[in-house]
Amino acid sequence: MATLEPPKTIMNDDGQPNGEVPDLSQDALLDMYEAMVTTRLLNERGMKLQRQGRIHFYVGSMGQEASHVGFGAALKETDWYFPHYRDTGVAVLRGASIEEMVHQCYGTAEDHIQGRQMPNHYSFKDINFYSISSPLSTQIPHAVGAAYAAQIKDDDVVTGVAFGDGSTSEGDFHVAMNFAGVWNTPTVFLCQNNQWAISVPTEKQTASESFAIKAKAYGFDGVRVDGNDVLALYQASREAVEKARNGGGPTLIEAVTYRMGPHSSSDDPDRYVPQEDLEAWSNRDPIDLFQAFLHEQNHLTESEDEALRERIKDEIQAGVESAENAEGPTIDSLVEDVYAQVPWHLREQADDLKRFYGERPDMDGGH
Amino acid sequence: MTLVEAVNDGLNTAMHEDDRVVVLGEDVGVNGGVFRATDGLYDAYGEERVIDTPLAEAGIIGTAMGMALYGLRPVPEIQFLDFIYPGFDQIVNEVAKIRYRSGGQYTAPMVIRTPYGGGIRGGHYHSQSSEAYFAHTPGLKIVIPSTPTDTKGLLLASIQDEDPVMFLEPKRVYRAVKEDVEEGYYETEIGEARIAREGDDVTVIAYGAMLHVALQAAQTAEEEGVSVEVIDMRTLVPFDKDTLEASVKKTGRAVLVQEAPRTGGFMGEISAFLHERLILNLEAPIQRVTGLDTPFPYTLEEEYLPTPTRVLDAVDEVLSY
Ligand SMILES: Cc1ncc(C[n+]2csc(CCOP(=O)(O)OP(=O)(O)O)c2C)c(N)n1
Ligand SMILES: [Mg+2]
Repeated sequence: MATLEPPKTIMNDDGQPNGEVPDLSQDALLDMYEAMVTTRLLNERGMKLQRQGRIHFYVGSMGQEASHVGFGAALKETDWYFPHYRDTGVAVLRGASIEEMVHQCYGTAEDHIQGRQMPNHYSFKDINFYSISSPLSTQIPHAVGAAYAAQIKDDDVVTGVAFGDGSTSEGDFHVAMNFAGVWNTPTVFLCQNNQWAISVPTEKQTASESFAIKAKAYGFDGVRVDGNDVLALYQASREAVEKARNGGGPTLIEAVTYRMGPHSSSDDPDRYVPQEDLEAWSNRDPIDLFQAFLHEQNHLTESEDEALRERIKDEIQAGVESAENAEGPTIDSLVEDVYAQVPWHLREQADDLKRFYGERPDMDGGH
Repeated sequence: MTLVEAVNDGLNTAMHEDDRVVVLGEDVGVNGGVFRATDGLYDAYGEERVIDTPLAEAGIIGTAMGMALYGLRPVPEIQFLDFIYPGFDQIVNEVAKIRYRSGGQYTAPMVIRTPYGGGIRGGHYHSQSSEAYFAHTPGLKIVIPSTPTDTKGLLLASIQDEDPVMFLEPKRVYRAVKEDVEEGYYETEIGEARIAREGDDVTVIAYGAMLHVALQAAQTAEEEGVSVEVIDMRTLVPFDKDTLEASVKKTGRAVLVQEAPRTGGFMGEISAFLHERLILNLEAPIQRVTGLDTPFPYTLEEEYLPTPTRVLDAVDEVLSY
């Protein structure tokens, strides 16, 4: 991929604009920054809780905060978002509370999905944040189908869908791209190219010159953007979203970024990630860049930044305390939501289990 | 040696003995597999035979089938059984049917290895035990080991088998059971069950991770004066009818344990088989202890999975019938 043009950027390495800055209010800029910082701080705490055995897993997004937040910020709240599992920042941006996310990671009774999914696999229908699935790429056709439905209902709704570079190898990615092209759906695809699919580098994933170019074969545009530059991501996403909203059809955005942490708490990247790559990319940390920009443009003072981080940490701490003291889900919750109504055999199975565990099993030593 | 080390040893032995054997899958090369099952193979045999594939299960199975048609012995790894479904069409419609469809002209011997089952806090998508889908597909053999020794011997036998084998590895006990494993090449016959513990009062039949739950239950039962025979099925298709029949004839009572959901689970098949053949030898209706008919949960996984206590409860039930 060496001969490619560099991806679109707006901020230089010091966070100074070297291109046209998108027209965003100070509040909007600060909301994006807060979502990015929250994602980072949750990530740090989540990994720590996992190491302490308080929760059992965490999948972070260190280095990718700009990629998804810049994209998410370009969508309206009424637009449906189909997330990749690293997209905590978009949930935050749309108003998910830290507390509910921490409860989800602990899988408590207050988690509104009742401890059914692994940590970080959120679902927030009230803010149009779709349920996260582990099987990769499965959400991509869903985003195309939902966009088609919105279109025939004449709703002013665009769908945004995010996934990783590795996920573009699955059939679901290709069928979704093809359907979107044929149906000309209002769908914006975000490929977060963090250079790795667990241990597999992009050159073993595709022989295409980029991920963005794949759109061409499906009959629409692909753009390559600096994924660590939240303003560049926002700008490219806004153009794509507007185009989709105006009947111009789908776009694929490739956010060129780097996974700055392990794949997940189960992974040991020292086995395969070259140290020098990590060092090189850490000079373009997306949060540092944006922070420098906000300081320079007088949107955020150092003490305001400090206060913001303290507030977020306090909220996380409060969430952790609440989750640590919460009860676990009930046995009945196991058999609910399998179907609209609990059928007789599931009722029987739950009642049988209660002979062994009572109504609500004890949650000891973490959840 | 642990069970996952026995997988590694088996693969290494097979690759050493037989240069038709290739390994392919996600993260199996440089990283040595997310569970380290293929650790060291990339360094030993190179990237031509130990292939980090693009992320696509249909591609992994489909290209493995092409390799098998052409005479290689591919051992594709699917990272978790839960992620096999993009390759399901290739498995059930192609791999399983090619011998029949071509009147034996083409065959696709390969071993599809994949970790399965719960107990590792993996939620819906890192815990499934969906062996029944595959057992319902004529043309596939289904092998599920429960000990390191059997894992290596069955893996080597599977690789040499002329038919495609689904080789499901109980990841919950990947590192929990340790034993000395014979060095070098040996095979454990496909289609033979193993009596894991002898007993007279009741037969408990299990496979994979549940075998260890059954053994624990048997231990406790013995302390209470009940003698439990435990059978490790090892192969689901084709299963060892003689060992099962002989044991249940002897005890007259059986409890079947699977962690998969109850409805349509493999133990329903075993129950039907035993009732059809042995109704007059049975002292009590056969009981099943199973997972629930729900997606696999996250927080309440211990409650979802069969436990020694639940097995003992079923043992009591068949004894007091
Ligand atoms: C269908 C499927 N196959 C395999 C996996 C196991 N797996 C989880 S994440 C991952 C790598 C994903 O890479 P990418 O799409 O680049 O996303 P990233 O994790 O880098 O953000 C793999 C192989 C899975 N979750 N789903
Ligand atoms: Mg990636």
